[in-house]
Parts: sequence; C-alpha cells; structure tokens
Amino acid sequence: MRYLRNVATVRIDGKNCTGCGLCMTVCPHQVFKLQNREAVVHDLDACMECGACKTNCPTGAIEVNAGVGCAYAILRGMLYGTPPSCGCSSTPQQSCSN
Amino acid sequence: MKKLENSPCSCSCSQPRATTESPWIIDSLETPAGLIPRVSTKLTWVDRFGGWKARWGYRMHYRVPPGLYAVGNPSEKDVILVTANYKLTFDKLRKELQGLDAWLLVLDTHGINVWCAAGKGLFSTQEVIRQLQLTPIKDVATNKTLILPQLASPGVSGHQVKKETGYTVVYGPVHASDIAAFLKNGRKAPPAMRTIQFPFLDRLVLIPVELVSVLKYFFIYFILAGLVSFALGKGTAAKLATLSLPVLGALVVGTVLVPALLPYLPFRSFTLKGWIPGILWASAVSLWAGAGILQFSGNLLLLPILSAGFALTFTGSTPFTSQTGVNKEIRLFARPMAISGVLGVVVMVANWFV
Repeated sequence: MRYLRNVATVRIDGKNCTGCGLCMTVCPHQVFKLQNREAVVHDLDACMECGACKTNCPTGAIEVNAGVGCAYAILRGMLYGTPPSCGCSSTPQQSCSN
Repeated sequence: MKKLENSPCSCSCSQPRATTESPWIIDSLETPAGLIPRVSTKLTWVDRFGGWKARWGYRMHYRVPPGLYAVGNPSEKDVILVTANYKLTFDKLRKELQGLDAWLLVLDTHGINVWCAAGKGLFSTQEVIRQLQLTPIKDVATNKTLILPQLASPGVSGHQVKKETGYTVVYGPVHASDIAAFLKNGRKAPPAMRTIQFPFLDRLVLIPVELVSVLKYFFIYFILAGLVSFALGKGTAAKLATLSLPVLGALVVGTVLVPALLPYLPFRSFTLKGWIPGILWASAVSLWAGAGILQFSGNLLLLPILSAGFALTFTGSTPFTSQTGVNKEIRLFARPMAISGVLGVVVMVANWFV
C-alpha cells in the first residue's frame, strides 16, 4: 500500500553515507537500496516518516521530518499549538519525574 | 509466586498498576544476582480473554511489570530479547519462545505496544539504558548483544546504546512470530521479515476499537435526535429511524468499510477513500427512504463528510501514512468539509420547516 505521491521528506546526504546498510535493516517499508556502496531512496512514496533510519544512521546522513501520520494527533497539535501527539503519555520527559 | 517491583516511573497520567496476580510467571530462576521470575511460553484462556477485551477497547493500558524475566533455563551466554510491557506484546513474544532459553528484558513503555511506544519516545534509547542499569542483567548475562524488535528502531538509536553501555543492538524481525526463525538463521532476517504489511486480518482487528469509540457519539446523537423530534411534535419511531439510520450508516462506512476495503477503495487520500463510499451510502439511503430534494441534498452534504472524517482518523491506525501526507490531506480537505457541513445543516433546517 502506498500513501500520497511525492510528499515524504526523507533525504540521504550521499557525502556522509558509508553504505553500512543499517537504514535498509530498520526501514519497515524497504524505501532504500544500495547503489555503488551508497544508500539511495528508491521508493519514496512507501516512506511513512517513522524516523527509524535517521535515528539509527551512525553518520547522520539521513534527514527526515519524522512524526506520526495520524490525523487526530495532527489536529490536536494544530489546536493546542504543540507538536502532533496522540495522548498524555507521548511526552515522557514531562509526565515522568525520573 | 513472586511479586514484582513496579518501575519507579511516576507518570502523572496513569501509574503502572501493581500486578499481584501474574499467572504467566511459573516460578523463579535462581541466579547469583537473586531470583529472576521465569515466564511460561504457553498462553492460557485468561491471557486470550484479556487480549480479546483489549481489542474491544476495555483495556487500553494492559501491562506487565517491567524488568528482567527468564524463559527456559538461560545461561549467561544466552540471548537477551528486549520488548515492551504491553501485555499483548509480551504474550505474542513469549508464546514464540517455546523450547528456547532466553533473557527477556521488558521495558516500561506504559503498557503501549512496541511501534507506538517507539513513536512516542517511550521505547527509547534512554529507556533501554535505564533498564540495563535497573535490572541485574549485567550480573546474570555476559552476553553483550540486545535483540530488539525492528519496530522499536524509530525510538532507539543503536549506536547511542553502544556508546553509553557497550551493548550492541541487533534488530530482529518485525513480527514476534518470526523470532525463532531469526535466531535459528544466525540472527539474519530476509526482507520479508523486515517489511510491514497491512493485510485484511490486521485491519480487521482494528475495527472494534474504531467502532466502539464512534458508537458512543452516535448514542448521544440518537438521544438528542429523539428528544428534539419529540419536542417538536414530529416524534414518531419512523421519523427517528430516518434521522438516525443514515448517520449510523455513514459512521459504519468510515470505521468499518474503509478499514476493511482500504486497498480497494479509489484514491490514495484517506479522506476521499471515505468520502466516495459516503456519497454512495447517502444516495442509496435517500433513494430507499424516498427523500425529497432538500432531504436528499442535505444527506449528500452531511453524511459523506462523516465517513470522510472517520476515514481520515484511521490514518492513525495504519502503518504506512506519513505525517507530511496527513498534514497535506488536512490542509486540502478541511475547508471543503466545513463548507459541506455548514451547507448541509442549512439545507436540513430548511427541510425541517418546509
């Protein structure tokens, strides 16, 4: 299944990519492939911007506007002027004292 | 049976409940670092019934106490599996571990599944590090590799964990059902084990929660519609049926039909996936009721936006919609939906007095 065309924000900075392939391991939608020992985005519309690739890229070569693809969360965010979140436990830094 | 300590997290929204009854713990494993609870790899009817209730929305935060557990008879070299403390997740994992010896490190994800907890920053680098410090894992296992579910990867940075603790993070398969094959296969997962699908059955299990949440609002509407129509002296059972059935249908289109038929509905936009069948429903129910021109147009303006709205909120339950995409849909469709709604109310009020 594919979502809207050409909207996903995932980008790879080829200069910093070492071709380690971790992004291919963590991506649940097989968005990346290796080309000449460098990861490239080959299925952009499959990207759901979960941010797994960016979080796990050891050289910081991946940029993506990661977040939840959830209308309810986004509307909440618009209403309260906060980042999109699904409920009370979404900000552990604030709700947990430790 | 050993009582477990709760995590020290004092979350303001809901405190992890103390589970005094933990029938999934069979006994305790004696280790140099003390007793470690050993979990069963078989689910009982209590587990299955609890899971069924959670699916219907009765137990949204159905949790097991976080901490270290043993499966089988693990030695210091055996595998360490990391998981969330949502009871359904915990059950799905442990039933796949029959005949294996493993350590189970259960994080405090506030009773939320792996994927959602990773997105919310609960299944996080910090939480992995915290449990490594809190539990006696380093005293019972010399093995320095943690196997995490692949879907934890949005929240956990493998290289950060390595830097701060020395433990190597290895991402296992997406589904717990593949974990035994993954371990047997030299901790390698083929692409099929690494990809999220969203097949019919996976969509089907999401429907009860969607439906229950929207039926609550429908019930309020039903009562109000009944009171208003009786107060205005138009109160007959038939009238109430014509007020409520079309609405109920539109809600079912948005919360049952759209999830069930998701890949087969035209357009990639969820709003349109709901709007189009909503128009079909509005037309069908108007024709069936022999509605006049005003009633017909009122139905066409109001009912489809209900279906479209609930179809759009289903984006939150799917594993493939992006934030940028949903944002785009909201910006694109918020105005047309609002206009349709206002016009619809005007037409319906006019119809009432004609």
